Amino acid sequence: MSSNDVLLGLVVVTALGFDFTNGFHDTGNAMATSIATGALPPRVAVAISGVLNLVGAFLSFSVAATIASGLVQTHLVTLTVVFAGLVGGILWNLATWYLGIPSSSSHALIGGVVGSTIAAAGGHAVQWHGLVSKVILPAVLSPVIAGGIAIVGTYLVYRITDKVVERVRGRGFRIGQIGSASMVSLAHGTNDAQKTMGIITLALIANGTLHSAAKAPYWVIISCAIAISLGTYIGGWRVIRALGKGLVEIESPQGMAAESSSAAVILLSSFFGYSLSTTHVATGSILGSGVGKKGAEVRWSVAGRMATAWVLTLPSAGIVGALAYYAAHGIGGVTGVVVIFVVLVLAAAGFYLRSRKGAVTASNVNTEWTGSVAPPAIPATAAA
Amino acid sequence: MNSWINLTALWKIIVIGLLAGAGLPAVFAIGLRALNPGAQAQTAAGVDADGNEISSAPTVTGGVAGIAAATLCFAIVLAGIGWGIYSIVHNS
Repeated sequence: MSSNDVLLGLVVVTALGFDFTNGFHDTGNAMATSIATGALPPRVAVAISGVLNLVGAFLSFSVAATIASGLVQTHLVTLTVVFAGLVGGILWNLATWYLGIPSSSSHALIGGVVGSTIAAAGGHAVQWHGLVSKVILPAVLSPVIAGGIAIVGTYLVYRITDKVVERVRGRGFRIGQIGSASMVSLAHGTNDAQKTMGIITLALIANGTLHSAAKAPYWVIISCAIAISLGTYIGGWRVIRALGKGLVEIESPQGMAAESSSAAVILLSSFFGYSLSTTHVATGSILGSGVGKKGAEVRWSVAGRMATAWVLTLPSAGIVGALAYYAAHGIGGVTGVVVIFVVLVLAAAGFYLRSRKGAVTASNVNTEWTGSVAPPAIPATAAA
Repeated sequence: MNSWINLTALWKIIVIGLLAGAGLPAVFAIGLRALNPGAQAQTAAGVDADGNEISSAPTVTGGVAGIAAATLCFAIVLAGIGWGIYSIVHNS
């Protein structure tokens, strides 16, 4: 086994690790509203979402190194660059998950890879035009469009059903909500699992294992599909809680309007070749469903916190990616990558242990929002 | 269309997005309303003298025409979902 094989192996493992964080970070995009309204029990919701992500990952095979092509000069990308980029993406995902902020996993990944590419080859290796037109502009527009559609949808469903008996309305929309949330899960699997498939393919190309126009090998598709669906099933309860309870007090008609808007915008955008962030779309939609309902409480401070994180995602993941590259490159060779890998594992363990304090779980995800992700402590008797 | 933003795609996303993302929930809502028009039916069956909902209130109060209209609405919504799945698969 050559040192290059070790390097490639670490990159693949790290990429699958990223895919896993992508899964649990984004469970809330599809399921937060269904969990918040009680349309689905939390455990069932994440299980459905996990399965649909798995199915979604197999639905589409247009996989190439798409995530990087058009954003960076792919011939300048080495295995260490890909690895450092993934480190940036994972650490940003873990930090935002810990804080309960639904930030974009795609942006974290792109930011990390762009940052490590700049560190390795300089600013000219980045295709800035592609970055602005394919990543930044869609990121600014998509939550606004999704939010607008959700406002219209929410307004319409409340107007149309204002005389329907509440019990019937609630039950009907809970069913509609499950259907529309399932569509979002499916679209998420199709979109996001592909991003990691693209990254692993890019690593295989950088390693010379595959030629530059190759498609993702089957084992890559299968392992990415499994990683993202396992991550989804684990459930990012902190983010689910922030989206479902923190942003808007949500009812099932709003939930259905929000998820329908998300599904429509995500599917249409990928139809037109924009691979946008499901997170931005879902957050915009949920916010819109709050604006569209008369008298609904929208916590703009929570929304503002999320928007700030979105702006910071690309540069922050980029800086971490660049630092990871400098460190790995400075130590040199496989040793450098192994050292950074160990640091990454320790950091991930640290975030996990920190999160156990004031943990958000399936049993307390819906507790009344009191201004923080960590739910208020429940007396032991009540919690059981 | 300029090099920064594809305006053709943008307006299509907005228009079709509105039709599918807001239109389909609205059609679904019309279906629910057809099943259970509420108001007058409510006093008959769904609500007691004080205006409180009775938990045994029938789900369907819209009659045969209501059921037919609701079926049509739900069929449209299902067709929309089918189109969505088709677009995922076809896109690959």
